[in-house]
Amino acid sequence: MTGNDLAALSIADLQSLLRRREVSPREVINALRERIEAVDRDIGAYLSLGIEAAMKEAEHANVDLPLGGVPIAIKDIINVMDQPCSCASKILNGYRAPYDATVIQKLRAAGAIPFGKTNLDEFAMGSSTENSALKATCNPWDLSRVPGGSSGGSAAAVAADEAFGALGSDTGGSIRQPAALCGVVGLKPTYGRVSRFGLVAFASSLDQIGPVTKTVRDAALIMNVIAGHDPQDSTSLSAPVPDYVANLGNDLRGVRLGVPKEYMIDGIDPQVRAAIDVAVKQLNSLGAEIIEVSLPNTEYAIAVYYIIATAEASANLARFDGVRYGYRAENPKDVLDLYGRTREEGFGPEVKRRIILGTYVLSSGYYDAYYLRAQKVRELIRRDFASAFEKVDALISPTSPVAAFKLGERVANPLQMYLADIFTIAANLAGICGISIPCGFTELDEHRLPIGVQLLGKPLDEARILQIAHAYEQSTDWHNARPPIASSLRKA
Amino acid sequence: MAGNSDLDVAYVARLARINLTEEEAKVFQKQLDDVLKYVEKLRQLDVTGIDTAAHALPITNVFRDDAPRDWFTAEQALTNAPRQANGLFVVPKVVE
Repeated sequence: MTGNDLAALSIADLQSLLRRREVSPREVINALRERIEAVDRDIGAYLSLGIEAAMKEAEHANVDLPLGGVPIAIKDIINVMDQPCSCASKILNGYRAPYDATVIQKLRAAGAIPFGKTNLDEFAMGSSTENSALKATCNPWDLSRVPGGSSGGSAAAVAADEAFGALGSDTGGSIRQPAALCGVVGLKPTYGRVSRFGLVAFASSLDQIGPVTKTVRDAALIMNVIAGHDPQDSTSLSAPVPDYVANLGNDLRGVRLGVPKEYMIDGIDPQVRAAIDVAVKQLNSLGAEIIEVSLPNTEYAIAVYYIIATAEASANLARFDGVRYGYRAENPKDVLDLYGRTREEGFGPEVKRRIILGTYVLSSGYYDAYYLRAQKVRELIRRDFASAFEKVDALISPTSPVAAFKLGERVANPLQMYLADIFTIAANLAGICGISIPCGFTELDEHRLPIGVQLLGKPLDEARILQIAHAYEQSTDWHNARPPIASSLRKA
Repeated sequence: MAGNSDLDVAYVARLARINLTEEEAKVFQKQLDDVLKYVEKLRQLDVTGIDTAAHALPITNVFRDDAPRDWFTAEQALTNAPRQANGLFVVPKVVE
């Protein structure tokens, strides 16, 4: 088996080789490093690697643990001890994490090796990874297109076989949308299912960490390790964690699947719509009953999101002031000059825009009209889902209304960029879980671009959406498709 | 100078402790006016008697034992400080 063949494996297949001692964890890290050296100049998925630390851990890895010897790439907004955690921002220039996030502690305890920090939109604010202040990431299926965002580095790394699996974070779709645009699996757990301790906070009532993987089984394997209560995160839930893998084989007879009629909007690419229709029929043929449902407040979700997320961001990002860590403006004349210039020079435009908007909607005289009203509409959106889930077990929709768009195409119009998050944002507002899995391709010029189908589940019902996603995946061949990156690079 | 909404970007940026160039303030004013115009749609809804949802799932009164434990030493907490002296963060003079 060549290094490239090894890097192309799923986590489950890699584990079989590791446990039969056919490869060693060190060989696995080496294969990944070679793969990264071969393709990442063009993809740009990684911000830093930390090879030496990974090699050292590989020496002692116990391959019989649940994720023993498996390298996992980490979005560079999650703290991994002694490694940078840049949040793709200049303001964290030079920062090295003095501790491990809870998810990293859990991965290590399960034998996994955190390896490589992946690119993102600055502080996870964006849908294309173009807001990274550090580098561009390209879509492995078409290098002139975005990988989606904000976990674009994680999704591109997994799609290009530069990672077996990765962690991302999802505040309004930031795991699911890049997974869809790169043709991989991305799961956003229920709010509180996975600890946020050590995840640099963007919008604390919406953020969740979750896996980006090549297969649904791999997502379940990672969830088995990272889910669960954490005393360090007071919003984490104490509900017991089921075995997400054990539940995968069950068939879909008796499963009721809801199609929200408000999601059939005009802006959906016809090829995306057609692929979703086929996926719904496929699930129906596997035994799922298809039922139309209504989420009447859908059209308000994006407005609610951009008030609540920016309000929370404006408070969370107040900590970046040039005093305790990261970038600090030179020769400040007083403390206000230190704050003002540190933040002017350290933050990129999208982060500044959101802090300003968030400060405004929380300010005296506007709080009731914007923030308080948005919190109430958020409750209406949560109720929409609660009543839909009285009739169905899960909901199905496109993940993104369009496939990957061109780099640079949307940067000048933030509102246009926000509107593309229509199908993912409401799940964060309602706190429910969601998964995106590959369901086909758009054909455009000579390129095929992946399409993702989204399943949304009840709070704490990850096992159910994983089961449905797995049944669908195993009945199709989409997850076996690999991007053309390898062959196109070989001739270069 | 405000645009089509009540938002005055230059003023709010000062509240948020972010210096902006005039050029930046102008661009943001236009972009954020567009966003605020879009969120106006929330006014169409009647929200009388609706509770606010700060969190999606009911989590209240989270307690833990008030017990001492190991945490960062001062030295560890200072490892990322851009400027430090005598085990303390250094800031510009605040009181004249």
